[in-house]
Amino acid sequence: MALPIWLFILVSVIKSAVVLVVLLTAVAYTVWLERKVVGHMQNRWGPTRVGPFGLLQPAADGLKFLFKEDLTPPHVYKPLFLAAPLIAVIFALTSIAVIPFGNSVTIGGYSIPLQITDVNTGLLLILGVTSIGVYGVALAGWSSNNKYSLLGGLRASAQMVSYEIALGLSLVGVLIMSGSFSLRAIVDAQGGHFWGFIPRWNVFPQFIGFFCYLMAAYAETNRIPFDLPEAETELVAGYHTEYSAMKFAMFFMAEYANMITVACLATLLFFGGWHGPIFGPPILQAVLPVFWFAAKIVAFLFLYIWVRGTLPRFRYDQLMAFGWKFLLPLALVNLIATAIAVAW
Amino acid sequence: MNVHLILFLAFGAVAVAGAINLLAQTHPINSALSLIAVMAALAGEYLLLGAEFLAAVQVIVYAGAIMVLFVFTIMLLNAGVEERTQGSRVAFLFGIPGLLLGSVLLGWVVLRHSGTEAVAAGALPGDPKTIGQLLFHEFLLPFEITSVLILIAIMGAVVLASKPPTHPPGVPARKVG
Repeated sequence: MALPIWLFILVSVIKSAVVLVVLLTAVAYTVWLERKVVGHMQNRWGPTRVGPFGLLQPAADGLKFLFKEDLTPPHVYKPLFLAAPLIAVIFALTSIAVIPFGNSVTIGGYSIPLQITDVNTGLLLILGVTSIGVYGVALAGWSSNNKYSLLGGLRASAQMVSYEIALGLSLVGVLIMSGSFSLRAIVDAQGGHFWGFIPRWNVFPQFIGFFCYLMAAYAETNRIPFDLPEAETELVAGYHTEYSAMKFAMFFMAEYANMITVACLATLLFFGGWHGPIFGPPILQAVLPVFWFAAKIVAFLFLYIWVRGTLPRFRYDQLMAFGWKFLLPLALVNLIATAIAVAW
Repeated sequence: MNVHLILFLAFGAVAVAGAINLLAQTHPINSALSLIAVMAALAGEYLLLGAEFLAAVQVIVYAGAIMVLFVFTIMLLNAGVEERTQGSRVAFLFGIPGLLLGSVLLGWVVLRHSGTEAVAAGALPGDPKTIGQLLFHEFLLPFEITSVLILIAIMGAVVLASKPPTHPPGVPARKVG
């Protein structure tokens, strides 16, 4: 049964608010997780002082960002200097709007999908929004009027444009197999099992595509080993050198929100989304899909942090050679092989 | 007036305002950003006309890739504020008559078709499947010729950008970068 228009608006506003709060909390606790996990990998404790296990550290960090002095250096180009962090964070948060995180729930006879909006070109929308997000970084680097920032911004834009191609191509294999751009349809196509016990996830037939996606996604989010735009040993802090207080925090939030979006996409496209063992009483059956979805995302975030704690940074020429000479041809081969296999 | 029409006019106004701002701005980066606004507004128009795929591709290709490279080039060259001139003689001799002629032609075409029914939004196929079938069945030859054209352009760019392989002794190498 379709919702009346006022109820639809109310439900949409509530869903947006809930998703935004959950996302921002997840961003804060991804930072905590990263500090804790990297700390233990390096034989340190990580945050321990604020709350049990340092769990209140994100709140303390947030307060500190709010009360720090908000500097605007005199030599910057002010309109873009102010707009850049906003662009970064707005587009990072927008892309979550088309991510489905569970099946529909039925409340009072109305079926409400667990997703802010289900557009039939959802995947393209995410790609478009993330490709706009690069302006935040590029303009921050340029408007700071500082050579380290400029170099960081240049590196970011070149790197993102290069790896976007491999990222897009690595997803086409999944699209061929499921025949839709809608994320919900892609997840629905992954229900069931191969030979009765292996889940019908796209990662098994599309493992090359998944590998390409993972590599390109690390580069798109500027994470180690692809964090050249903010390589602190060469560029002070890269594109956000001149930023302080909340404006700096916005770049930080954008980076972690992008990590979460990329992890969501990996889960939806390659790891069956919210599919997983469902058992127990009805209330547990309703909650379990969302739990499986969240658990897969946390696993991806842990992988991110693990890689960060393990690998050194690429050199810039290595980064470009890897993207253009290895990743792009591999994604193309995977695309052709998938097309032939499906057409067979 | 329904919401669709209001939104369509609003996006149109943004596109025109962005285009005028593109010309009025003196700094290249502001002009480039105005062009991005125009592209985004056009994507909005496509979306309202029921062409979701085209709208998404417009954003990904134009706003997300081509304009990033524009901005990249402006940043790399560190292009400064452009000079104001009195306008060139060519513009006065050919540009303004050309503009007038174009407007008259456009006005004539619009007036001639004023009685015909407009195509309703979403009446034409806009979904990825139909576009793909049109491109790869009906328009296969133009599509492939375009791709060959682009390939030639890429190879030309590579040739222009690459260093000369050898240079005879005594002749200094071309400066790169």
